Amino acid sequence: MTAVDRPVRRERGVTNVLSHGFLLLWGALTVLPLLWMVLSSFKSNAEIIADPWGLPGALRFDNWARAWTGAHIGRYFLNSAIVVTGSVTLTMLMGATAAYVFARYEFRGRQLAYYLFVGGLMFPVFLALVPLFFVVRSAGLFGTWTGLVLVYAAYSLPFTVFFLTAFFRTLPTSVAEAALVDGAGHFRLFFRVMLPMARPGLISLGIFNFLNHWNQFLLPQVLLQGDDSKWMLAQGLAALSVSQGYAGDYAQLFAGLTIAVVPVLIVYVVFQRQVQSGLTAGQLK
Amino acid sequence: MKHGKYPLILTFLVPPLLLYVVFVVSPYLQAFQISTTDWMGYSAQADPVGLANFKALWHDDYVWNALRNNVVLLALVPVLTIALGLFFATMLSMGGRRGRAGVTGVRGGAFYRTVYFFPQVLSVVIIAALWKEVLHPTSGLFNGTLRAVGLSGPSWLGDPRFAFWCVLAVMVWANVGFYVVLFGAAMSAIPREIYEAVLLDGASRWTTLRRITIPLLWDTVQVAWIYLAIAALDGFILVQLMTNGGPNFSSDVIGVRMYDTAFGSETKFGYASAIGVVMFFLTLSVAVLALRAGRRERIELS
Repeated sequence: MTAVDRPVRRERGVTNVLSHGFLLLWGALTVLPLLWMVLSSFKSNAEIIADPWGLPGALRFDNWARAWTGAHIGRYFLNSAIVVTGSVTLTMLMGATAAYVFARYEFRGRQLAYYLFVGGLMFPVFLALVPLFFVVRSAGLFGTWTGLVLVYAAYSLPFTVFFLTAFFRTLPTSVAEAALVDGAGHFRLFFRVMLPMARPGLISLGIFNFLNHWNQFLLPQVLLQGDDSKWMLAQGLAALSVSQGYAGDYAQLFAGLTIAVVPVLIVYVVFQRQVQSGLTAGQLK
Repeated sequence: MKHGKYPLILTFLVPPLLLYVVFVVSPYLQAFQISTTDWMGYSAQADPVGLANFKALWHDDYVWNALRNNVVLLALVPVLTIALGLFFATMLSMGGRRGRAGVTGVRGGAFYRTVYFFPQVLSVVIIAALWKEVLHPTSGLFNGTLRAVGLSGPSWLGDPRFAFWCVLAVMVWANVGFYVVLFGAAMSAIPREIYEAVLLDGASRWTTLRRITIPLLWDTVQVAWIYLAIAALDGFILVQLMTNGGPNFSSDVIGVRMYDTAFGSETKFGYASAIGVVMFFLTLSVAVLALRAGRRERIELS
C-alpha cells in the first residue's frame, strides 16, 4: 500500500511546486511593473536611465510635485472627480429607475425598450464615435463637462439597466405588495422600499461605473479636445506619456502615473469584494 | 391599485430612454447614413456617393493591413487569455495539497486573485504608458533585466518585428486576471463531490480539467470568448497609445485607421463611418459565430 502511495505523493509534491511557481511568476509579472513605476517615481532621471533595477537614492517628492502642478495632474484629477461624480450619479439614477420599471411593471413595448438598451452591450463605443462627435456638437455640448456627463451616462446605461433589472427581479414581491396595500404610492414604494432593498446591487454597479468613468479615455479625447484646462485625468496622463518622449522627464511621468494609480488601488483594496463581483457578475448571468 | 402606475413608468423610463436614444442609438444609426456620403467633416457639404466608400475600402491596403492585425488579435488574444485564465483559476481553486478534506485551493489563493485582478481596474492609458516605459529600449525594465544578464534587447515598440506582439502580450496581461476571477467564481459553483469522485477514480488533474471543469464552465467560457473577441476587434486605445499603429503600420488596427481617418489630418468622416459600419458587421458576425460554434448540450447542475 505505502509502496504504491509514495511515488504518487512525490509526483503531487512536484506539481505543487510547479503550480506555485507559475502562480508566483504571473504574480511577479503583474506586480513588478507597478512596483517599478512607484519606485521610479522617487528616482532622479539620471538614476532611471542608469539602472532600471536600482533603488531611489532618496524619496524625491519633488517629482510628484512636478507632476501634480507642472503637468497639471492635480487639476485633471479634480476635473475627473467632478465629472465622474456627476456621471455616476446620473447613471445610477437613470439606470435604477429604468431597470425598476423593466423589472416590476407590465406595459406595451416593454420588451422592445429593454432589448434596445441591452443591445448596446454588443458594440464597442468607437463605432459610434464620428456621429457622436456631431450629435454632441450640434447639441452645443462639445468641449463641456455637461456633455461628457451625459455621454458617459448614456453609454453606461446598457450594462447598468441589464444588471439592475436582473437584480430588482430577485427582490421579493411580497414586500412591495404589502406596501401598496398599506396605501403607499408607486413613487413612495420605489424610493422608500425598493431602492433601500437594492442597495448591494447599487453599490456594486456604482463602483463598476465609477471605475469605468474614471478610466475613460476615448470619449474625452474626442469630445473634450482643445482647451486643456478642462481635460480629464486620462487625457493628462496620455499627454504626459507623449511629452515624456520628447522632454525625457521620466520621473515626472512615473510620478504622474503613480498619483493616478494610488486612489484606484485604495478603492480596489477597500471594496475588493464588490469590485470583483460587480465587474464579473454581469458576465455570469 | 393598478391605477397610477403609468405616471411612474413615464417619469422613470422617458428620461433614460431619451438620453440613450440621443447619444447612443442615433449615432449608431447615423453612422450608416454618413458612410454613404463623401462628407469631409467640418463643412456642411455632404453628397451621397452610394457605396463608393465601401468600394474604396475594398482596395485600401492600409485598411487590409490593419484588419489583418485585428484578425491575429482575434485568433490569439481570446485563446491565450482563456487558457491562462482557466489554468490559474484551476490552480487556485484545486491546486492545493490534498489532505483528508479532498480538493482544496492553494494557500494564499485570495491574495493571488486580488493581485491578478488589479490591472483590470487600471485605465488603459496607465497600462499603455506603463508598458511603454517597461519596454523602453534603454531605460526600460525589460531591457535593463536583459542587460543585467549580458543580453541586449531590441527596441521593442520601435521595431516592426516586435511592436505588434508586444501590444498583444500587454492585452493578454491586462485581461487574464479578470478571467481568473470570473472562472474562479464559476468553478466554486461546481459541487466538490464531483471532483472528489473523479479523483477517487484515479483521474489526473489534466483529465479532470478537460472532462469535468471545462464542460461545466462552458457557458462562462463562451461568454468570455465573445467579450474577448469584441475586445480584440477593438484594441484601439492600447495600440494608439503604445505605438499609434507604427512603426511603419506594423501594429496598426482598424480602430486606429478609423480614428485617423476621421480626426487625423484629413477628417474624412464619410470614409471613417464606412470603416465603422464594416466593423459593426464584423463584430456582430463574430459574436453570432462564437455563440453558434459554442453551442453545446447544456449541463445542468443540482
